[in-house]
Amino acid sequence: MNFHLIYPEFLLTGLAFLVLTLDFFLPEDRKFLLSWVSSLGMALVIVFALLLYQQGDLYQGLLIIDGYAGFFRIFFLAIGIVITLMSRDFVQSNIGNPGEYYAILIFTVLASISLASSGELLTAYVSLEVLSFGLYVLVAYDRYNPGSNEAGVKFILLGAFSSALILYGLSQTYGLIGTTRLDEIAVLLSSVEDVSIGMLLGLVLILAGIAFKLAAVPFHMWAPDVYEGAPIPITAWLSVCSKIAIVAFAIRFFTTGIFPVVNDWQPILMVLAVLTMVGGNLLALVQKNMKRLLAYSSIGHAGYLLMGLAALVAVTDEGMFNTDFSHLVSNGLIFHMIAYGVTNFAIFYCLILVYNSTGRDDIQGLAGLSSRQPMVALVMVCSLFSLAGLPVFAGFTSKFYLFNAVASQGYLLMVGVAIVASLISLYYYLTVARYLYIEKVLDESIISVSVGSKCILGVLLIFMVVGGIFPSPLMDLIQTATDSVLKVE
Amino acid sequence: MEFLSFSNPTTLVALPILGCLILLFVPGQRPDLVRWISIIFATVVLGISIYFFIFFDHSEGGKQFVYEYEWLSLAGPWVDSQRAISMSVGIDGIAATMVLLTGIVMFTGTLVSWNINVNNKDFFILYFLLLSGVFGVFIAYDLFFFFFFYELSVLPMYLLIAKWGSSSKFSSFERTKEYSAMKLTLVLVAGSVLIWVAIIAMFVQSGVGSFHIEEIQAVMPDKFSVEFQSSVFLILMIGFGILAGLWPFHTWSPDGHVAAPTAVSMVHAGVLMKLGAFGIIRVGMTLLPEGAQIWMPLLIGLGAVNVIYGALSAMGQTDLKYVIGYSSVSHMGYVLMGLGTLSLMGLNGAVLQMFSHGVMTALFFAVVGMIYERTHTRDSLILTGLAQKMGVVAVLFTIAGLTSLGLPGLSGFAAELLIFIGIFQSYEVWGVILGSLAVIGAAITAVYILRLLSKVFFGSPEDDLSDYSDATLREKFAAGVLVGLILLVGILPFPFVKVIESGVEPILLQIVGAG
Repeated sequence: MNFHLIYPEFLLTGLAFLVLTLDFFLPEDRKFLLSWVSSLGMALVIVFALLLYQQGDLYQGLLIIDGYAGFFRIFFLAIGIVITLMSRDFVQSNIGNPGEYYAILIFTVLASISLASSGELLTAYVSLEVLSFGLYVLVAYDRYNPGSNEAGVKFILLGAFSSALILYGLSQTYGLIGTTRLDEIAVLLSSVEDVSIGMLLGLVLILAGIAFKLAAVPFHMWAPDVYEGAPIPITAWLSVCSKIAIVAFAIRFFTTGIFPVVNDWQPILMVLAVLTMVGGNLLALVQKNMKRLLAYSSIGHAGYLLMGLAALVAVTDEGMFNTDFSHLVSNGLIFHMIAYGVTNFAIFYCLILVYNSTGRDDIQGLAGLSSRQPMVALVMVCSLFSLAGLPVFAGFTSKFYLFNAVASQGYLLMVGVAIVASLISLYYYLTVARYLYIEKVLDESIISVSVGSKCILGVLLIFMVVGGIFPSPLMDLIQTATDSVLKVE
Repeated sequence: MEFLSFSNPTTLVALPILGCLILLFVPGQRPDLVRWISIIFATVVLGISIYFFIFFDHSEGGKQFVYEYEWLSLAGPWVDSQRAISMSVGIDGIAATMVLLTGIVMFTGTLVSWNINVNNKDFFILYFLLLSGVFGVFIAYDLFFFFFFYELSVLPMYLLIAKWGSSSKFSSFERTKEYSAMKLTLVLVAGSVLIWVAIIAMFVQSGVGSFHIEEIQAVMPDKFSVEFQSSVFLILMIGFGILAGLWPFHTWSPDGHVAAPTAVSMVHAGVLMKLGAFGIIRVGMTLLPEGAQIWMPLLIGLGAVNVIYGALSAMGQTDLKYVIGYSSVSHMGYVLMGLGTLSLMGLNGAVLQMFSHGVMTALFFAVVGMIYERTHTRDSLILTGLAQKMGVVAVLFTIAGLTSLGLPGLSGFAAELLIFIGIFQSYEVWGVILGSLAVIGAAITAVYILRLLSKVFFGSPEDDLSDYSDATLREKFAAGVLVGLILLVGILPFPFVKVIESGVEPILLQIVGAG
């Protein structure tokens, strides 16, 4: 067996256990070191992953380590480091027990990586469950806060329900065609003339499960409550990591697995995408709590991602995969996910910093932030503009690229809806900007922010701007990643 | 470094942004340092924009000062496999004129913003960001970057108006600056939504995998059917029309201009509204010539409504800024009518009117800003006899007013005359009707401007005016630059018209050729 392909994953698992073990031995006042251990550990894993990088597949194609998997491995580790650093003060002052917190975070990173590299449905399912279970625990991690507990219960009940949907869809698929490997599914599906109702049912259930996890309308009800109740770093993690991991798997699933029956599942995704874009952004208009608002905003962004997924695959008249524009769409999807991820991290980090010193996470609590902490206000307003899709930030370029790609695939009308949805979103983002810069200051207290936190903010801001004005190095990396997943024999 | 060489138009974008970055690191407690840095940058940018105007060779015409940089690759089934979005810039006759206008308004706007005390660092950062967006639109030859800069010039508006602007009270309601700012931003972005859709539609339809205007233009006759052109041109016309103040989408403009701080009103009414008209020429007429032919009668008709409606609305206002706001709507109507003629005369006039109106409105808003700073009101029912204490201000306002009503010898006359002739030439019966409407509009303008002048400046004062001082040297200088230009264009319009014509002619030839 060529286990050397997944040495980085082994190392990451070891790191998680190392953190758990250190937690036993460190005295209470030294436990802050655990965040450093985890972030430096993940940085080392990145170095190893780059040095030991090789392509191949394991267990007869259960795990595929190709350029795509390699790209997402680095990506998830990188955002893992960022979220660990972002959680540092928050965990110390608000929730405690850092050992398990960081260890579980590392496990979710691991699960996301293996989700992006799984070439088989059951492996994907197991990875998804590891990811979800980690998140269930983390959402309820603020033990003495009833909101966090409520969120945890809601999340685990609905999450289990959606997992059950996926599992049922999986068993249906396996029962009818006898394989769970994505490439074999594609071969079998393209050889049959008509797809049976049972097979369709299976696909629909899997799609519904994915929609649940992505919080697509009408499966979005859990998201605002869970986002509001969870500790803020976990809300950020939930809105970025879990979404990207699922879309990363979905890209592989659609392009190597079920593309022969694209005409059967594409309309479902298109309806979901339109509902999600419009619904998420409309519901965000009336929110008073910043976390709830961002929950709805990330539902809206999930809509753009679903739109990209819907437009990902086209088949020729002979039923062959037509990759003419799939590169453009998949590049756009990954680019938009990264831009969205960085921006969401930035805005949540601002929220964390405000919460750490004022204990408030409602929009009113942000009033006059520009005079109380100019740096945080600046980064926050930039992230708002980036989320709204205004230049010079990454959100503009990635949205333009994605929308243009989807339109190139021939869905100009859906793009029109997306553009209008993003116009709606501008209203509530500007409302928040008004609180930051214009509303009267009720609470004059200065919000103090450490130099380290400012550095993290600065780095996020730089990434946001560079992604907007100089995206071509990033795009080259994305291109090599999608090349390996879109290769057609 | 080629990127920052003097004759590279990207410096027009890069310098204001560099200014932003430098200001970002200046401590906010040193407002004077902020002012001096801003004025230095504004002066340099003005110098460069004058350079581009003077060294633009109008006998050669076409696109000059070209710079291209492959910015982002696009994977797809294009003819020559790998394509890219390119940062492609250049200046043609129209852009040269508009760049000069922007440089002047930027410079004078910086001068009149001297007295801003609240967070003037943030103000200048946003102001420069706005201007770099405006410059970018004028020089961009790639639809992606055109749109990029177009959106960039909208982005800072909300904060600029809502933070440094002023609310206005009416007898029965109050129009807050936050409301006006939100309205302006959302309406403008709604307009850019339409433009975005049209750009993507053209990209997809052309199938060359490039956003470069000239590359799309090259394949346009084969790829764009008449139906496609006519539907997309309508979308574009409305999208750009919103920014140009096209009736009935103009309502954001008076509210926004009134609420905005002086310099922002100057840029917005003076330059930003021109982006809309410029977009119709650069994108609409260049890429969709047949669509332009189909929809031009509608544009000229709506332009006539703009002229009359704006002038009548201006007559009903008492707030000085609202009067000027509505007069901008009315004057943009002339620009739209000029575009609608599709004749050399009319288009020359339209672009000259864009320039002339830009300078004139900037002067208007600057003068009203001076009055408001001293009297703290803009209500023409309260203000009377200001000329006694503020002689220079009165003279400046008079010059702007006379330009506005088209007095010969001032810039407005030359521009409007060209437009009127264009209208009469290009449509037979309708030309007479529309042309007469346009002339009537100018007459109504005379009514409200002269009435305002006599009331505000030359009435007999009831209150004690002794607190009021005349314009300071700095203000005189800023206004003097604008007045000088008005006179220059009024007396010697031909150098300007020649430059404009070298840009307009190829576009017009293409349209006539297509029909």
